[in-house]
Amino acid sequence: MAAAASMMPYFAQQISSKNDLVPDWMGQEVSTGTTIMAVEYDGGVVIGADSRTTTGAYIANRVTDKLTPIHDRIFCCRSGSAADTQAIADVVTYQLGFHSIELDEPPLVETAANLFKASCYRYREELSAGILVAGWDRRKGGQVYCVPIGGMMVRQPVSIGGSGSSYIYGFMDSNYKPDLTKDQCLDLTAAALSLAMERDGSSGGVIRLASISESGVERKVILGNQLPKYSTH
Amino acid sequence: MATLVMSQAPVGGFSFENCKRNAVLEGEANKVGCSMPAARKTGTTICGVVFKDGVVLGADTRATEGMIVADKNCSKIHYISPNIYCCGAGTAADTEMTTQIISSNLELHALSTGRLPRVATANRMLKQMLFRYQGYIGAALVLGGVDCNGPHLYSIYPHGSTDKLPYVTMGSGSLAAMAVFEDRYKPDMEEDEAKQLVRDAIAAGIFNDLGSGSNIDLSVITKGKVDYIRPHDEANKKGVRTGDYKYKRGTTGVLTKLVTPLNLELVEETVHTMDTS
Repeated sequence: MAAAASMMPYFAQQISSKNDLVPDWMGQEVSTGTTIMAVEYDGGVVIGADSRTTTGAYIANRVTDKLTPIHDRIFCCRSGSAADTQAIADVVTYQLGFHSIELDEPPLVETAANLFKASCYRYREELSAGILVAGWDRRKGGQVYCVPIGGMMVRQPVSIGGSGSSYIYGFMDSNYKPDLTKDQCLDLTAAALSLAMERDGSSGGVIRLASISESGVERKVILGNQLPKYSTH
Repeated sequence: MATLVMSQAPVGGFSFENCKRNAVLEGEANKVGCSMPAARKTGTTICGVVFKDGVVLGADTRATEGMIVADKNCSKIHYISPNIYCCGAGTAADTEMTTQIISSNLELHALSTGRLPRVATANRMLKQMLFRYQGYIGAALVLGGVDCNGPHLYSIYPHGSTDKLPYVTMGSGSLAAMAVFEDRYKPDMEEDEAKQLVRDAIAAGIFNDLGSGSNIDLSVITKGKVDYIRPHDEANKKGVRTGDYKYKRGTTGVLTKLVTPLNLELVEETVHTMDTS
């Protein structure tokens, strides 16, 4: 611990806990530093996320699953505070499950997104949660809804989020085209996440991908040594 | 003329008057250069690992109050239910009370369902309680147990986030313990291998972290059996003194001896029995 403390800049030591026996990370909240992404294609959606959860400079979990199932064909990608997003996801899972039983029908992705928005907007001052809701339903097919910090909700054909997303806006603007196939979406997502994970300290680990369509959910993991490679890394 | 006095109805709920007083006292203390006494924290190294037939939980036994060791042999592995145990790091009172509350609620829940409680249930109860208190309850927990779905291990953070993993460490010594795990963990280990790994991880925390120390406690949970081994390893035995300050009879030479008997008369004798029930 002493070695780690000496590597940090002087001002960081002053704002950290007074007690030397309790390291920095115990005073800081667990955050999914994160890069998350969701893309619509004709017939479904592809979602992807990195796998790093940090408390300060320590990686609390290097194999996190940030793609959380909310219902059979609806997932959410979580970024921000781990506790806040886990709690919100649990609440929405319950609410959506209840609603679906009442309806006796699979729920709409828009409904799930609205439930997220309701919680995130009502408690906007207390929460730190950026969520992408993505899934497939019979009415509108594959859909991606973005619910960033503050509680806005908007549907987008492709959306990125988390601290690592800042580094790939240019890549997305230049490489995304409408009407991609499922495999093209998977490749685009893997490439984008790989670039973000390389540049963002709070993102890393493995890439978790999932594709959701009428036939179900297919999950994939791309391990560290199998990440797409680029000339600078 | 009698004056009417409106008496205030008693207000329910928590009285925050003492919080104002504490803030003033802290200000006064800081002006003189002193600081308020710190809550006792279990500096701690705790960890858990899933092996072939169950989980092994480990913990050190040092509790600190600032830079002083408050308790050299405290127990950090808490009972939740016959098949679930929980290690606690952070504020000692918070981990103790939180685990007791959830243990009590889980027992009632088990009586209601008529089934052995599941680790996922304990995890849900703990995370929902900690989230409700927004991190003010400083309890960082390693929850492990075996239920009808097999062995499970969770790490629970003070703000209410949880991770379900095959091996976890928490506490100030967690980095040292995690280093040992990352080096030697393998899936589906045998019980002895797992016990040795956990023992070594806690030992790394004890010897490399100032907030952890003393002995190593282990808890091996398998289907139908729990081995609560306290202590598993007395890593820090109190040393035996090699010298003594007492001198043998005869070291000092006697020159003269004078004996004066004191004749005392017994006046009163009373016997007080001690209630040892």
